[in-house]
Amino acid sequence: MSGIFDRLISISRRRSPWVYRVNAGSCNGCDIEVAPCFSPRYDGEQIGAVLQSSPKHADILLISGPVTLRTRDMVKDVYQQIPSPKAVIALGSCPASGNVFSGSPTIVGSAEAVIPVDLYVPGCPPRPQAILEAIQTAARMLEKGETRSQKEAQHD
Amino acid sequence: MTNWWLQALFSILIWPGLLTGALIGWFLLWVSRKIVAQFQGRQGPPFYQPFFDFWKLPGKKTIIPSGANPFLFYALPVLSVISVVLALALVPVPGGSVISFDGDLVLFIYLMEMPALIDVIAGFATRSVYAQVGSSREALLTLAYNLPFLSALIALALKWKSFQLAAFSSAPVTLATVAAALALFLALLAQMKVNPFSIPNAEQEIVAGIHVEYNGLPLALFELTHALELSALVGLIASLFIGPFGSAWIKLLVYLAVAAVAVILLNLVSAGTARLKVQHAFRFYWTWGVAAAAVVFITALAF
Repeated sequence: MSGIFDRLISISRRRSPWVYRVNAGSCNGCDIEVAPCFSPRYDGEQIGAVLQSSPKHADILLISGPVTLRTRDMVKDVYQQIPSPKAVIALGSCPASGNVFSGSPTIVGSAEAVIPVDLYVPGCPPRPQAILEAIQTAARMLEKGETRSQKEAQHD
Repeated sequence: MTNWWLQALFSILIWPGLLTGALIGWFLLWVSRKIVAQFQGRQGPPFYQPFFDFWKLPGKKTIIPSGANPFLFYALPVLSVISVVLALALVPVPGGSVISFDGDLVLFIYLMEMPALIDVIAGFATRSVYAQVGSSREALLTLAYNLPFLSALIALALKWKSFQLAAFSSAPVTLATVAAALALFLALLAQMKVNPFSIPNAEQEIVAGIHVEYNGLPLALFELTHALELSALVGLIASLFIGPFGSAWIKLLVYLAVAAVAVILLNLVSAGTARLKVQHAFRFYWTWGVAAAAVVFITALAF
């Protein structure tokens, strides 16, 4: 009986990815590209994705920007407020490498140094299709228990 | 006697209670999202979306915010679901609910008030400023939308000289029924917290409103309450129209048709309007709500 419920819950994780986004010092380019994902042209609601305004309701964290020193603690805080299981998607080049800000003394330069990132979306800024694909992939990872937050929970 | 208890349990848990109430509620929520999406030129979610949105949440870890009482945090949503399920069991569906007695209208009104009151307490209990703003807005709105809601039900009770919901659903459809349905519909907009009265849960504006700190299983129970509330209130409006039809199947058809019309109208209004400020919503209900109440009383007592 509990097997059926576990199966139901894991399918639900794939079908219903709720997204929260955090801007860690981004130039707003990536954030502007997130908006069309939920507009008539791309309509993320077809795969069940909904933008949530509270991190407590979210499953997937979208992080954009090179993680400046001032936003580092906030990013950590928001990540901890998301109830597990959760997935993290880094948007664009900034959270991956620091992009044009690389070497600046005011940035951490990599989201990986602050929180465990599951997926990177390449581009500066990435296309909305790529962002939607990442959300879908993250939802599949949540279903199979492949995200890093789920794997760490298994090791404990 | 045991037979009655079994039938009562059936009413509470299966029809028209928890199981069908939740399934119909989820279906109506999908219809709402689909209609709004179509009006915005989008495809909208697949029909199973509200079902999976609900089942995902119990599988998540529940974080209790610091400073909140854990007992209160869990007990409020449970209480909210129980009261709506009991209210749903009283709805005079086609075929009739076995739980029907003189005065069940009063019990129904009390039980339908519970989710709003619990929302107010839940907002303050989680100690988030955004939830507290949402709570105070919700408390203000209950004073506004209950005016058409209560006067429609009281006018019908005066007309049919009964405080029993079954008397409403077996009475013939008159002008008073239509007026009462319109007044109930006016209240339904604010009870369902859709635009233009999405004031307590205003997304973006006050983060996520009352439920901002809720997550996991308690949030799932609040979502379930919302679905059950929708099917109970739409069911109440639809049950006013099933009186004159003899056969149970035609009754069921009319019931579903009226429910569909109510939900489509609800979402036409919601897709076509923007959010009001709380003082404007209050003024709306104390002018047009009073007008609707007056019309219901006049049609109920004069014709």
